Amino acid sequence: MSQYRICPDTGLYFDRASEGLIKANAVAGVVALLIGGVLALLVGLTRWPAVHLLDAPDFYLVLTAHGINALIFWLIFFEIAILYFASSSLLRCRLATPRWAWAGFALMLIGAVMTNVAIFQGNSSVMMTSYAPMEAAPHFYLGMILFAVGALIGCFVFLGTLVIAKEEKTYVGSIPLVTFGALTACIIAVFTIASGAIILIPSFLWSIGLIGQIDALMYRVIWWGMGHSSQQLNVAAHVSVWYAVAAIAFGAKPMSEKVSRTAFLLYIFFLQLASAHHILADPGLSSTWKIFNTSYAMYLAVLASMIHGLTVPGSIEVAQRKKGFNNGLFEWLRKAPWGNPVFSGVFISIIGFGFIGGITGVVMGTEQINLIIHNTLYVPGHFHATVVLGTTLTFMSLTYFLIPVLFRREMIMPGLAKWQPYLFSGGMVVFTLVMMGAGTLGVPRRHWDVGFAQAAEMGLKFEFPGSATMMLGLVGISAVVAVLGGIIFILITVGSIVWGKKLEKSAGLMQSFGFALAPSCYTSEKLEPVKGPAADLEEHGSGGFEAPGTFVLALVLLVTFVVYYFINWKYLSSVWPMG
Amino acid sequence: MSAILPPSERIWWKTPVGKEEIVWILLALIWCIIMFAMMPIWHIYGKQNLSNEAYKTTPVQYEAKVKAMTEQHTIRTQLVGGVDVPVVAPPAGSDVYMLARLWSWYPMLELKKGESYRLHLSSLDWQHGFSLQPININLQVLPEYEMVITITPDTSGEFTIVCNEYCGILHHTMLGKIYVTE
Repeated sequence: MSQYRICPDTGLYFDRASEGLIKANAVAGVVALLIGGVLALLVGLTRWPAVHLLDAPDFYLVLTAHGINALIFWLIFFEIAILYFASSSLLRCRLATPRWAWAGFALMLIGAVMTNVAIFQGNSSVMMTSYAPMEAAPHFYLGMILFAVGALIGCFVFLGTLVIAKEEKTYVGSIPLVTFGALTACIIAVFTIASGAIILIPSFLWSIGLIGQIDALMYRVIWWGMGHSSQQLNVAAHVSVWYAVAAIAFGAKPMSEKVSRTAFLLYIFFLQLASAHHILADPGLSSTWKIFNTSYAMYLAVLASMIHGLTVPGSIEVAQRKKGFNNGLFEWLRKAPWGNPVFSGVFISIIGFGFIGGITGVVMGTEQINLIIHNTLYVPGHFHATVVLGTTLTFMSLTYFLIPVLFRREMIMPGLAKWQPYLFSGGMVVFTLVMMGAGTLGVPRRHWDVGFAQAAEMGLKFEFPGSATMMLGLVGISAVVAVLGGIIFILITVGSIVWGKKLEKSAGLMQSFGFALAPSCYTSEKLEPVKGPAADLEEHGSGGFEAPGTFVLALVLLVTFVVYYFINWKYLSSVWPMG
Repeated sequence: MSAILPPSERIWWKTPVGKEEIVWILLALIWCIIMFAMMPIWHIYGKQNLSNEAYKTTPVQYEAKVKAMTEQHTIRTQLVGGVDVPVVAPPAGSDVYMLARLWSWYPMLELKKGESYRLHLSSLDWQHGFSLQPININLQVLPEYEMVITITPDTSGEFTIVCNEYCGILHHTMLGKIYVTE
């Protein structure tokens, strides 16, 4: 049967229907990323005080479109592709109901186009959050609803595929860790979409006049049930990809299946609560409610991320030490394939997500500290570290892997691809830091005129310190660098798919990045159940540390976290007493 | 050998966990509990906390309260965009009202350093963001909800309220003033 293709390079299986859907979703995602990236450039050049490119109405329109394309459409299209890959390919199973999957894809596409049309027509510059009672055009909400319904169908296709794989016994034992992580993402996605439906459907009915009023606080509470969960969905998805890349690039085995799976489970149990940290400065919600919910019941979802932060690089370290890179604390890391964008992007993502995105997210989600951060530029600074350095960079890395494996094309410009993760992440690291710096000085987010020139004409004068202006300049410059990195990514990936040399048989493409694939990936047996390899019993027998280098890195993270956390309490204690 | 294959041990949940993982989980858990505890502790010992006082209101009701205060305590006016905006100096310890609307904060306040005031905030239309600069205190202002927060200015001078919740096309012109005298 030709229903399955076996990738000669990796031994991965592709169900024919699933393969087409993975391609379609990944390509739609990259198109959304391109749109989001071009808009990001316009936003960045307007934030740069010396350039101040767009006028106010265009800026607010472009900022709305940037958020929705980059934060929602790009990531969710790509995540649907990951769901199909993690179920059908990793379990060597046919995809459930491919026609439904295509219907879901069509709905997502129609929805994405419809919302974009609404925004660019100019009557829906309401920002991604579209806070009621500010009103967008009806098809703005309708497009979002259609997109969400399509994504929901994708989730059920994924779940159906898991059921089929179990029924048809295509694997032995438990599902792989990466599939488990994808299942986590899927469960969170269903919760996300349900919250979205509860708030977007009434908003749509309100916009066409069938409902009289939407309560502002109710909107915020429920909208963030979608808004925050969708970010945790990104986290679950990109952490799964981290594990996948560690497995693909190093043959790394999870340090402990139990620990990693429990950490994913903590995401499911505790992150829905986290939406509260977006509404800490709101009236009408009690401190008790805020404290319990923002701390995810004692920060157990944060604990989960801290666990993954140790176990992913830890598993790489163990695998590298087995290969003989066993000297000192960090030989395993020095000798890692830094020229391979699949690895380098993921590793930078782990560091950036942990040190910048993670720490700042928890700090600003502290009930009282939020008072000095809420709605300042610090907020987008933080979430660009989680979403762009964390999720987008990880998905870019995975895309480099998919070009030869899924699309069977030779990558064009491999020399440029080597540098792309560094250029992109370098820009983004500076961007997030200076944005948070400006936010710490009080500069507001979503604001066209932070020099307040127009207000001054009316007789109201105010200026932020010169250091804020300087940092806003750096925001602009670093945004340009990051967008350049993004454009190179799209050039390479789209160029490879269109013009890249077709790969007929094993081309050893991955090796051209400087390392061989794990031997276990080279199998080309016929469709037999996916088995776990024989147990490696000596693994945890010794009393010593298996991954001391990673442990030291984790301790550095913890110290940074503690210091930065208390610096913010100190800053808070200097503002006017209030209560 | 990897995370993209089923676990090598069928009974993976009974395999022992490595030492660094156990130590790290314990450290991280202790840190999470400390962070959790910091918030209630700050409510007891800290001076900067969110208030738990809020009421449902309507734009009409709220505007009437603002008007009553303004009529009683206006000390001067300030010209903004061709309109005289009242500067109000209510007595120390009293209830002071400020409203947000497209695209202004009204009225301006004059407070005394070191005195406490019950500051009421609400919006007459969309959502707004109360961002007191350069102090950097940031609160969400919602229509139909009246937040009451006790503030004690401990520095004097001219302070600006920037709107930091996007509220439409002239959002960036929405500034207000609080003056604090010695």
